[in-house]
Amino acid sequence: MNIVVCIKQVPDARDVRLDPETNTLAREGVQSIMNPYDQHAVEEAVRLKEQLGGEVTVLSMGPPQAQDVLRQAISCGADRGVLVSDRAFAGADTWATSYTLAKALKKLGSFDLIICGKQAIDGDTAQVGPGLAIQLEIPFVTCIQKIREAGETEIIMERMMDDGYDVIAVEYPLLLTVVKDINEPRVPSLKGKMKAKKAEIVVLSAEDVGADPAKIGLAGSPTQVVDVFPPPLRGEPALLTGSVDEQVEQLVKKIAVYL
Amino acid sequence: MLIVDSDLCVGCGQCEDDCSFGAIEVVDRIAVVGDTCTLCGSCVDRCEAEALSIEGVEKSVQVDLDSWSGIWVYCEYRAGKLASVSLELLGVGRKLADTRGVELSAVLIGSDTGDTAEELIGRGADIVYRADNSALEHFTDKCYGSVLTSLIREHQPEVVLAGATAIGRSFIPGVANILGAGLTADCTELEIRNGDGALLQTRPAFGGNIMATIVCPGSRPQMSTVRPKVMQELEFDAARQGDIVDVLLDDTMLFSKVRVLESVVAENDDVNIQESDVLIGGGRGLDSGKGFELIRELAQSLDGAVSASRAAVDAGWIGYPHQVGQTGKTVAPKLYIACGISGAIQHVAGMQSSETIVAINRDENAPIFNVADFGIVGDLFEVLPKLISKIEGHRKS
Ligand SMILES: Cc1cc2nc3c(=O)[nH]c(=O)nc-3n(C[C@H](O)[C@H](O)[C@H](O)COP(=O)(O)OP(=O)(O)OC[C@H]3O[C@@H](n4cnc5c(N)ncnc54)[C@H](O)[C@@H]3O)c2cc1C
Ligand SMILES: Nc1ncnc2c1ncn2[C@@H]1O[C@H](COP(=O)(O)O)[C@@H](O)[C@H]1O
Repeated sequence: MNIVVCIKQVPDARDVRLDPETNTLAREGVQSIMNPYDQHAVEEAVRLKEQLGGEVTVLSMGPPQAQDVLRQAISCGADRGVLVSDRAFAGADTWATSYTLAKALKKLGSFDLIICGKQAIDGDTAQVGPGLAIQLEIPFVTCIQKIREAGETEIIMERMMDDGYDVIAVEYPLLLTVVKDINEPRVPSLKGKMKAKKAEIVVLSAEDVGADPAKIGLAGSPTQVVDVFPPPLRGEPALLTGSVDEQVEQLVKKIAVYL
Repeated sequence: MLIVDSDLCVGCGQCEDDCSFGAIEVVDRIAVVGDTCTLCGSCVDRCEAEALSIEGVEKSVQVDLDSWSGIWVYCEYRAGKLASVSLELLGVGRKLADTRGVELSAVLIGSDTGDTAEELIGRGADIVYRADNSALEHFTDKCYGSVLTSLIREHQPEVVLAGATAIGRSFIPGVANILGAGLTADCTELEIRNGDGALLQTRPAFGGNIMATIVCPGSRPQMSTVRPKVMQELEFDAARQGDIVDVLLDDTMLFSKVRVLESVVAENDDVNIQESDVLIGGGRGLDSGKGFELIRELAQSLDGAVSASRAAVDAGWIGYPHQVGQTGKTVAPKLYIACGISGAIQHVAGMQSSETIVAINRDENAPIFNVADFGIVGDLFEVLPKLISKIEGHRKS
């Protein structure tokens, strides 16, 4: 079973904060982490490999420092890391990202299964996984909460829905995206860390993957950000005072419109 | 690329301060652009010295924009029920259509939809495209996607909206990708731009820390998924007139390699927390799964649903579908009452656009109080029973 996991490096939400003076994102000390959903994607891929054999490739598109998350994935059991990196990718929206990742995947060979996180926590779009599947012309299923049975030719799994879940069967090849309920990611072993340190990360440029310059980066992005601004401020928080009974009394008055 | 004209740049640092992505740094009195630049262009507009420009971007205009006309709403129908966000979208869709002077159409996909199409007309649609077939009983990305894609190709609407639900956020990205159309996820505001009539799509990013406005300058349709509960639905008006068009379906549209073996719909429909006007959130402060009984009781007294922090979900006190936050669901109810939740940024990211937020926590320094409109510092095991009986008293009177 040859599996690819797409992983993204994102800013750690704990650090992302608006500077109240300038109303911009405070950037001091913002750490980069592996997108949390992608950690679950890596874990699931490694479990499938342990069960069925094969190889797990981790793929990321991003700046050179995104190598860090690829190494992290290798320390957790992935076999090799590939980074597509080029200044020409700047400004890519989810369409251009899907296209670029698809180009890289086609370059790398053929795969049975591609796993993505449900969404990346910086943009929260959940669009790259489905877009990538369309570009590769393979079926996709999103929000997988459990793999019930991964056989030689077919996989049976549960997809999370708003009102419950669906049980799904699909033959390989396919792309799936996972939610965090699917597993508990492992902590890297010492051996894994050593392997990750030594691992050679393959770095590919736009030209290497044969990407059409008109379809990557800002030029290839149908959407364009025209403005960014701070969210509307909430009113001043009010701590209620008095005895518990009095506070409850005040609260019920305050929320009376909803009762 | 973002280009800095070194002759014009005075090194004032305005762009460095303004950049939301920390991508610009003034070094030796000249702006230097780093790797994190997303080419959003906001610095270009604000640079008084006019030293910044975005170059090398020739958008290939894909289509004759004017031949695309009309506002479309995908109306979600599952297990005999119309998702309430569909009605909200018809509400905002009506406004957009009237501003543009075009028709509003609804696309209804499912099986045994009964008189849902008539209801959609009463709620604002001029035309309903109805794809009702037993093969569409269960949602699959492929079939729903094929139906919508072929309708869009045939009728060329300028805007397509869908709810940011599990279904909408799954197949709409596929449709947009096939069409080469721009898609903005999870919008909270939609407006028509004066002048060119483009759709201005506003959405939160970075866990709600910034808002971004997005347009699709060269491609059609302009597509958005929209968060439940932020748009206003219209009252049902039985006098409204409209056309119902039954869509011709062929076998290729109805064939999917993905087979749904079974649909397990939760017995009590309380897992769909995004649809509830009132949410009671429980956290680690509840101490045990039993603690959630109090939360359920409060929810019942307010006709609300129960949500939870990740700590409570991880402890196994309640299922993951109830989790609110960055790795759970994003909710925007009218009223959110957080009980025994500290207010970690990952939780707040999922609920900060609620209309009114109430926090009950025994630690007065808990960060949840920073986003709360009203807070009670106290032991929830003391506060909640009193609150429940007060509310019940209020409702009876
Ligand atoms: C990558 C990542 C993603 C995450 N995603 C999410 C997410 O999607 N959603 C989410 O919620 N979290 C998420 N988290 C976890 C988040 O950081 C917090 O750990 C979590 O939200 C804490 O839950 P809590 O507030 O219930 O628990 P705690 O932080 O332990 O807070 C419990 C609160 O209860 C109060 N309390 C205790 N007893 C009582 C009492 N008797 N009466 C009144 N108050 C009491 C305490 O004062 C405390 O403030 C994520 C974390 C990471 C790293
Ligand atoms: N730049 C990227 N490189 C690799 N994978 C990505 C990238 N962007 C998104 N993905 C994958 O697509 C998923 C959804 O991301 P998004 O559509 O941005 O919310 C992520 O969880 C990743 O698995």
